[in-house]
Amino acid sequence: MNKAYDKSARVVSRALGIDLAELDDWNCCGASAYMSIHEVRAHLLSARNLALAEKEKKDLVVVCPACLTTLTKTNHYLAEDPKLKRTVATALKAADLQYTGSIKVRHLLEVIVNDIGENKVKARIKRKISGLKVAPYYGCQLTRPFGEIDDKEFPTILDTLLKWIGAQPVDFPLRAKCCGGLLMMTNEEVALSLNKSLLDCATQSGAECIVTICPLCHMNIETYQDDVNKMFGTNFKLPALYFTQLMGLSFGFSRKELGIDDEMIPSQPLLEKHLEVSR
Amino acid sequence: MSLPIKVQVVRADRRADSLSEVFLEDVYAIPGGEKVKECIQCGTCSASCPTSYAMDYTPREVIASLRAGLLEKVLKSNTIWLCASCYYCSVRCPSGIKLTDIMYELKRLAIEFGLAQKGAKAPVISKLFVDIVNKNGRISEVELVSKFYLKTNPLGMLKMIPRASKLLMRGRMPLIPHRIRGTPEIRRALAVAVEISGLQRGQTSQKRA
Repeated sequence: MNKAYDKSARVVSRALGIDLAELDDWNCCGASAYMSIHEVRAHLLSARNLALAEKEKKDLVVVCPACLTTLTKTNHYLAEDPKLKRTVATALKAADLQYTGSIKVRHLLEVIVNDIGENKVKARIKRKISGLKVAPYYGCQLTRPFGEIDDKEFPTILDTLLKWIGAQPVDFPLRAKCCGGLLMMTNEEVALSLNKSLLDCATQSGAECIVTICPLCHMNIETYQDDVNKMFGTNFKLPALYFTQLMGLSFGFSRKELGIDDEMIPSQPLLEKHLEVSR
Repeated sequence: MSLPIKVQVVRADRRADSLSEVFLEDVYAIPGGEKVKECIQCGTCSASCPTSYAMDYTPREVIASLRAGLLEKVLKSNTIWLCASCYYCSVRCPSGIKLTDIMYELKRLAIEFGLAQKGAKAPVISKLFVDIVNKNGRISEVELVSKFYLKTNPLGMLKMIPRASKLLMRGRMPLIPHRIRGTPEIRRALAVAVEISGLQRGQTSQKRA
């Protein structure tokens, strides 16, 4: 459902010289749903991915904050809870795997900002973005609970990247507030109310579009924007882009290559206004 | 597809207030879990929670209920299913209580003891999620959402049709589920985890697994 994030992430990574190799035979991390039913088994799912990454001797980079939090939590708890570690180790052995705890789990945004850096990113820019006011939406699990990627309350890493590519991140007070996640399925009214306050805040902060780093945030804020309007009588029409899509546009890639045409809320008129014509 | 080992949970003579004992035992096992004893009832968690306005018991009240021996009421309420695990409570708690992890434990407990609020949809979607991941090693959003609607709100599926067709037309509907090669190994590993956890507890509870 969020193929565009995958597509645009690969395109942009390749352009920046980041060698992304999909982890062979990775499994679902279980996110919040699996942990709501089983605890040790949920950790086991994450541990399998960590073990597979260790076998390939490569750190794990993810684009989904839920995966980030789930994998990181398992990584930490295995180190802090000897009983859990023993149980998981024995279970992994039944799958011919082992994990010694050497893997770091990272998010692509942070790899780009910290490892690639400003000069290399700016060197790839082919189309200048000017005057595009963006609400940088971090969501809840990029920086919480561990605060390893950025500050738990006032993250700025996405703002930094947006400035590098010429966009204008606005001051967005609800930048790290939850979109409701799966609540959109199970408690729709509550989730719609959360997204309404996010859209309200973004609009009032002067944003013309919202940039996300999480596929579920993107789904809630974009695909359900119409439902927010229906429920609250509002008139939001805020395009939502993945950070990799906006980056990709500035690097000169086409909307099609970045999966932007999959969108539900048209961003073309807005982007035409602010993107330099393709050279 | 069920696991090769049948999970049997024996609950002999469990009285409502011994729920708290089981709960605490599990919470203390979580790294940092003992901090729950240090709650000062400041209410920062409730104030930070984006969905507490809709909860029967707010996060602060959950811990107060635990102390008052009213845990069962919390488990039967809508509270735990409204937790989106956004971690605001956990990062802001002045006592360092991992309230989000506690919420997960409450969810598991409510399901295991059959106390989950009637009509609560979150347990349904979570169980479907688990089944699909156990079967394929990956989630299939289409299978998850369609089965979820069939179980909880079949008429609601009609409302989903316009959105679903828009997604389909934009190629955002992955219709073919992907099953990873390692599914048999995962099942073996899961079964082993369940078995060990049961033996570790001494009791017949395999709940932590």
